[in-house]
Amino acid sequence: MNFDFTEEQIMLRDSVERYMREDYDFDTRRGVADSELGMSKENWQTFAELGWLSIPFTEEHGGFGGDAVDTMLVMEEFGKGLLVEPYLATVVLFGGALQKSGNQAAQDTLIPKIIDGSCLGALAYLERQSRFELADVLSSAKSDGDGYLLNGEKVVVLNGANADQLIVSARTSGEQSDDAGITLFLLAADTAGVERTDYRMMDGQRVANITLKDVRVGADAVLGEVDNGLAILNAVAMDANLALAAEAVGIMGQLNTKTLEYTKTREQFGVAIGSFQTLQHRMVDTFMDYEQSKSMLYRAVCALTNGEEDATTAVHALKVLVDRAGTRVYSEAIQIHGGMGLTDELDIGHYAKRLMMILTTFGNGDYHQAKFNEIRYS
Amino acid sequence: MDTSFSAEDIAFRDEVREFFATHYTQDLRDRIADDDTFKEAVTEWQKKLHKQGWVAPGWPAEYGGTGWNPTQKFIYDSERAAAGVRDVIPFGLTMVAPVIYTFGTPEQKEEFLPKILATDIWWCQGYSEPGAGSDLASLKTKAEVDGDDYVVNGTKVWTTVAQHADWIFCLVRTSSEGKRQQGITFLLIDMKTPGITVNPIVTIDNHHSLNEVIFDNVRVPVANRIGEENKGWTYAKALLAHERTGIAGVSDSKRNLDQVREFAAKEINGGKSLLAEPSFQKRLSDIEIDLMALEYTELRVLATVAAGGAPGAESSMLKIKGTEMQQAIQILRMEVAAYYQGVLPNDMSKEQLGHDFGSDARQAYMYGRAATVYGGSNEIQRNVIAKAVLGL
Repeated sequence: MNFDFTEEQIMLRDSVERYMREDYDFDTRRGVADSELGMSKENWQTFAELGWLSIPFTEEHGGFGGDAVDTMLVMEEFGKGLLVEPYLATVVLFGGALQKSGNQAAQDTLIPKIIDGSCLGALAYLERQSRFELADVLSSAKSDGDGYLLNGEKVVVLNGANADQLIVSARTSGEQSDDAGITLFLLAADTAGVERTDYRMMDGQRVANITLKDVRVGADAVLGEVDNGLAILNAVAMDANLALAAEAVGIMGQLNTKTLEYTKTREQFGVAIGSFQTLQHRMVDTFMDYEQSKSMLYRAVCALTNGEEDATTAVHALKVLVDRAGTRVYSEAIQIHGGMGLTDELDIGHYAKRLMMILTTFGNGDYHQAKFNEIRYS
Repeated sequence: MDTSFSAEDIAFRDEVREFFATHYTQDLRDRIADDDTFKEAVTEWQKKLHKQGWVAPGWPAEYGGTGWNPTQKFIYDSERAAAGVRDVIPFGLTMVAPVIYTFGTPEQKEEFLPKILATDIWWCQGYSEPGAGSDLASLKTKAEVDGDDYVVNGTKVWTTVAQHADWIFCLVRTSSEGKRQQGITFLLIDMKTPGITVNPIVTIDNHHSLNEVIFDNVRVPVANRIGEENKGWTYAKALLAHERTGIAGVSDSKRNLDQVREFAAKEINGGKSLLAEPSFQKRLSDIEIDLMALEYTELRVLATVAAGGAPGAESSMLKIKGTEMQQAIQILRMEVAAYYQGVLPNDMSKEQLGHDFGSDARQAYMYGRAATVYGGSNEIQRNVIAKAVLGL
């Protein structure tokens, strides 16, 4: 048993850490988030050059051949620097679905483009009624000659506005929430009948609602098996939850560190507020929240990379723990910063807002706890 | 990063499992559970463990430890708890022994370590005093040199198993100059020495395991001092960090939680199993999930220690989280027992009473309140982390 990282992994982590520290300070990040695109194409090219966009892909496609540990390490650093570029959307979600689909032709064409930074992707899995249920799909795909005709609406699509390529879940058979009958389709974002309305979220992410109106795609647009798209979505969601939890751990660490520093300099009643035992004990609790989250992240990542049967249980548990811990960490950070914690000027609120979005993406704590209970207690 | 078990690990796990299944018999369990036969049965069990070479997983191999790596220690403890096997009495094997092999003289090592390994002697810990609990350094029990002896006077309190102990390791005051921590000395005292009185303290679990120990002109050879005079605080602190790593009790908590789940599945309320109630499930998984994380926190600490790091303030975290979870499980078990949580020890059979775990739940819950108080209260542990980790 060991919790050590390989030399390669340490180099990867250090490269992200250095970039975020030197080239992605809070003002830079704010500028990127407020820009027209809500991301920087120039930064994206740098990520490609540094090899970050290649991490989960096989060497056959020019990838790094990394696993969940590698993704965890970079996501944690992205969390520390509050990255707004669509790494999760393009590499983990879109690239992940592509990779798991087994669709060789699509992989050969698109994975090298993801790696060289010339393809931005999005996974459109969510609909306005579906909340956290990936199987709740009303968008339809009807056979039409050699191909399919897609109709419906996808919402809060991460990187939806900037994506060149989309992967969309649509129903080829079955009823609204049936597990079977969902199929994934790959299509260019500018395909006729695709309409995108983009908007900004509180964490700086640019998302879109996408309507599909008689969108005609060929049979080769199908990713994976017809009617069996949910298996791919579930596997991608598992990777995404690990990646998001790693990002959350990075954010929690920053919130705790910044709050602690603040209490050492901020004076009230003639002393540093960090000398008050009531604040000390609360910061000890958020320190333990951070450590527990990290431990659970390691547990889930190890379960997944070891191919253990209970990896799903571990990921549910991770999301529950990170939800409870993260909520305490950002709440205490704002409270202990007092009035300053409420200002847009300070980064604390921005960390809190990103953390809140992470906690609700791919299921919040209550959702995952119900799933955990179903597995463990029935 | 890799936490998978190798083929050797699996073989070791099977060996440990087999050993407990064969040797920790029902007869032994019954005698350990009975106050009248407790000491003799525990001694018998620990001697079996010693014969097997497994009684001191934490000790270095050169003194008779197992030399296990963190994975093996983890496997051993998991199997022990899963089989419902009582952990060894800590005072000799995991508390005073590390102080003796780290700071003791060759004569002390030779005299005490083999006897501790063989459970030929029982130990208790003389730290707390009526006026010194969490503020341990304020202790007043005094030791004054007279020829080749110290003469000890004072009172120790909350002394677990003092009624069974042959020896007590004590912190005593040898100087009142300088900082309070600087005038403390670490002594090993034979409980048969004239002048020692042990008085029982009955606790809220209606049980006697704690005691008050009074020293009235007790003569202790200077040769029984650990290390230097007035340096006892340093030795004790090293021990406390050692004590806290095991204090999380994750393996036992996992088993106890599994038991609560089994009990809850059998408990019927309005025609429905308690385990099927979403509110109960939530309380159960709140603990189970926290425990899953703590298990890995403990493994991370063990891995750090194995790589040569010292268990520092992380052990305070293990103590806080571990004891909070122990208590959370204890209260859940009380609630599963419902009315029967109030049953006092009696001579009724389970059939006559109509219930099988209520009284055990009560005793574990009531005595379990001690866990967040002893070994440095959880508030003190938070102070330790605030100072050592947060730099406040």
